[in-house]
Amino acid sequence: MGESSINFAKASSAALQDQQLRGNFRRAMDGLMSKRAVQFADTAEWNGVRALGASVRLRALSKLPELLEKLEANCTRNGIQVHWAATTDEANAIVLSIMQRVNAKLVVKGKSMVSEEMHLNAFLEKRGIECLESDLGEYIVQLDEAMPSHIIMPAIHMNTKQIAHLFKQKIKEAEYTEDVAQLTDLARRVLRKKFATADVGVSGVNMAVAETGTLCLVENEGNGRMSTTVPPVHIAVMGLEKVVEKLEDVPPVISLLTRSATAQPITTYVNMISSPRKEGEKDGPDEIHLVILDNGRSGIYADEELRNTLRCIRCGACMNHCPVYTKVGGHAYQAPYPGPIGSILMPQVEGLEKRGELPHACTMCNACVEICPVKIPIVEIMGRLRSEAVHPGDAVRGAGSHASKAEAMVWKGWSMTYASPLAYQFATALLAKLGNAAPTSLPLLKEWTNVRTKPRFANRTLHALAREKGIPDV
Amino acid sequence: MSHDGTTSRPDIERPESVYFFGTCLVDLFYPDAGMAGMELLKAQGVRVVFPQGQSCCGQPAYNSGYREEALKVARAQLDYFPGDWPIVVPSGSCAGMMSKHWPDLFKGEPDEARARQVASRVWELTQFLVQVLKVTFEDQGPPVKITWHASCHAQREMGVTDEPKALLRQLANVELVELQREKECCGFGGTFAVRHPEISAAMVGDKVADIENTGAKAVVSGDCGCLMNISGALEAGQKPVRGVHIAQFLKERTHG
Repeated sequence: MGESSINFAKASSAALQDQQLRGNFRRAMDGLMSKRAVQFADTAEWNGVRALGASVRLRALSKLPELLEKLEANCTRNGIQVHWAATTDEANAIVLSIMQRVNAKLVVKGKSMVSEEMHLNAFLEKRGIECLESDLGEYIVQLDEAMPSHIIMPAIHMNTKQIAHLFKQKIKEAEYTEDVAQLTDLARRVLRKKFATADVGVSGVNMAVAETGTLCLVENEGNGRMSTTVPPVHIAVMGLEKVVEKLEDVPPVISLLTRSATAQPITTYVNMISSPRKEGEKDGPDEIHLVILDNGRSGIYADEELRNTLRCIRCGACMNHCPVYTKVGGHAYQAPYPGPIGSILMPQVEGLEKRGELPHACTMCNACVEICPVKIPIVEIMGRLRSEAVHPGDAVRGAGSHASKAEAMVWKGWSMTYASPLAYQFATALLAKLGNAAPTSLPLLKEWTNVRTKPRFANRTLHALAREKGIPDV
Repeated sequence: MSHDGTTSRPDIERPESVYFFGTCLVDLFYPDAGMAGMELLKAQGVRVVFPQGQSCCGQPAYNSGYREEALKVARAQLDYFPGDWPIVVPSGSCAGMMSKHWPDLFKGEPDEARARQVASRVWELTQFLVQVLKVTFEDQGPPVKITWHASCHAQREMGVTDEPKALLRQLANVELVELQREKECCGFGGTFAVRHPEISAAMVGDKVADIENTGAKAVVSGDCGCLMNISGALEAGQKPVRGVHIAQFLKERTHG
């Protein structure tokens, strides 16, 4: 087993001990699931918009290289400067060089998961540039010196009381209060001052439209609009899969995204960013930069099955519905993208050596597949990655790194027995006679019997009973 | 309806004979549930054939990443269902493996067409009882309060939704109290239960609490993996609730 497998087990174990955390997640996820269900109560409408959304994403992926070139051309024509980054190191370096050129000291950030993937805050802070998260959830997590535990609701692991204590401790002018409106107002006051003085705004991108060179950004707090319009320089970072072909592709994807993510028919703000400030315009940045990040995505793209991972529109609904995620929370995954999508994306981006255990953080219940708005076959990919982890190959980085001779032998022995009727019936008859004598100290049985009684082998197998009762054989 | 909203499957005519695929878990741990399943079918006037050469659908190896080994075991099953009859399975999970995953597993293999043909004849037991045999039961048991746990693969791979509960509701003396989170996974997940025992324990813990809240005397389910997990946890926690397979429960209520 790889290094991270130990960490996931350890981190999830710690999370499971934390009753407060478990309660926070259970309540929050139950609420999100039922609110989402109301949004998609009309099955025919859900099937229709879902098929449309999936087809938009599939079409975009089917001509990804062409669309990216078109996006670059149209953005450039609009005055948006496009930069390509093969790795997160390259992306960070690009962002840094822009900031150094304008002598930036303070950056305000709208919410961006790609910037989490880049560990951008830590990178810039080491170089003396202050980064302030302006999305309320991200701001809370940043004050707490933690990572987001959910891609849409970064501070969902905390309750009001915990946030109240955090604010009192970390914000100078804070009076202790558990009043949500007062807490929000306090954060707003802190952030407003920063927006006015920030040198650069950094944001993510929900979708980039190839035919028009437009960057779409949905948000609820107005911080996205502030980050992208108030500072003189706006830098948007996006994964290369976020492109769609046409403007008309945007509405169905936004509708699926916001209803799946937060059960809103639409977010409070939908930003369509198409150029820097033009002459005579009163607001908007002087410069817009778009950093397009690969970071393993083109490798994923090369494999027809794995490519489906790139359909994702980052709504987070798979997390809300995952019975594993809702028990252990996002931090246990120790990854920018937790939950089901993270469990298939992270091993492909960072390699199976490091992330090979994540595809096993799943009971294959298919709850995520049932609600994924763009029909990603998450569980099939999970199974594929389990196979890649134990078989050498070149489709995924680190393939074969979790191979174990002992495990391979067990499955080989299993398949030889189960593929031979004679061997199978001999083995099962033996288990029916002697299986119950197995001590609970045996590996696997030990884990099982921690909270359960030992499974009891029946005296006679179904094969034997069927013969006795004269049920005809073939 | 299955998870992508397509209707479960087209109706077929009532067959004269069916095959019964018992599954390896039923074979070793719940043979009474398997026998009950066959008797329920026979009671409807259908001839039941139990091929003695059968073993397992291959799912344990498939889900563990050992596809070649899964293929070997799946392939060994193909010979034993030669007639063109439906194959009835008392498990949504094994039925899902055969029906939905065999086509992928056999992709590009010389026997792909044959595997697809066998896969297309697979039915989950309750789905078959309701949709094809259109059974009606007369309850002969005493009043009892029960609850129902929906297996993940029955609902999301086989498109089984209301069929089992419709069968249980036919029983006059049975009060069915639904779980608050009926569709949530119980935490079994095959090797998941031993690979991540603490998370699995938390999941089955939530399931047990949900079951206890209903005040039911029995939790009925259609998959022996879930049952082994849930009953094991109920027993270990000394809860006075019995876990029982739906075939066995229906048989007890209707044939005494």
